[in-house]
Amino acid sequence: MTVFNLYIFDRNGTCLYYVEWNRKKHSGIASQEEEFKLMYGMIFSIKSFVNRISPSDLKDGFSSFKTSRYKCNFYETPSGLKFILNTDLNVGNIRDVLHQLYSNIYVEYVVKNPLCELGQPIKSDLFKTKLDEYVRNLPIFATKTN
Amino acid sequence: MSRQTVRSGDPRKVSAELFTLTYGALVSQLVKDYENVDEVNKQLDKLGYNMGIRLIEDFLARSNVGRCHDLRETADVIAKVGFKMFLGIVPTVSNWSPSGDEFSLLLDNNPLTDFVELPEGQSNLEYSSILCGVLRGALEMVQMEVNVWFVQDQLKGDNTTEIRVKFIRRLEDAVPVGED
Repeated sequence: MTVFNLYIFDRNGTCLYYVEWNRKKHSGIASQEEEFKLMYGMIFSIKSFVNRISPSDLKDGFSSFKTSRYKCNFYETPSGLKFILNTDLNVGNIRDVLHQLYSNIYVEYVVKNPLCELGQPIKSDLFKTKLDEYVRNLPIFATKTN
Repeated sequence: MSRQTVRSGDPRKVSAELFTLTYGALVSQLVKDYENVDEVNKQLDKLGYNMGIRLIEDFLARSNVGRCHDLRETADVIAKVGFKMFLGIVPTVSNWSPSGDEFSLLLDNNPLTDFVELPEGQSNLEYSSILCGVLRGALEMVQMEVNVWFVQDQLKGDNTTEIRVKFIRRLEDAVPVGED
């Protein structure tokens, strides 16, 4: 099992944070900004698609999709923060993990740090370190050495 | 190890008196700085707003409350979960407007005003208007625009403290560039 990369968006579509661990293939888009826009646009579309096409009332809405190579896990807070974590296919439902990422890392090291401006890309080193540590210690992070 | 066991209860909780006195010091400093009561009210509201937009994240992370589907649910969550978590009181929700877009929060004892008496000539001071700002800021982050104001205040001789909340509109999620 492994974790590829993580995007955090705010409710205005600003990419607050991006980090990658085991990403082997890059999108080929020159600017990272463009990739963020594409990602946010796709998530936005999937969300509204899922809401419209659903035959009954949704509880959590869109939570993940899979391809033959990876799984894209999505979690949104009621305040509109979006956490997108790409993993390999063996990972189950990691809603709890993403919620903890929000409550134990984002809230603790960004919201409670008055020097971190909200709605701007996160620059705090403490946040980066804690996030990296948290994700690397997840059971789903275990990488095969090959 | 031993320090942990000595401390009782939730380590995040601090003495309510410390909080009340700190807030009192803040208000009296603002009164000194601005010499204009309306301006003090405005500043307190603004401070509250800035606190509210951060506090909501802490609230959502700790309470695991999902999105509310109507204003009644919102009012319940504010009173029973929000006020309880941050101020240790549970206000009564009442005085619904016929259209259901306005309600009041009745506070029997406002923890911010435990040791306060308004001096003569300061009768326009909305001592606790920071609460209005907090509510407005927090609700804005969950896509609700509201107006919040004080209707009654025990500090001004009323029987109870009443905060009025009026729902204005739902804020929509930002649409990514190039879509509609």
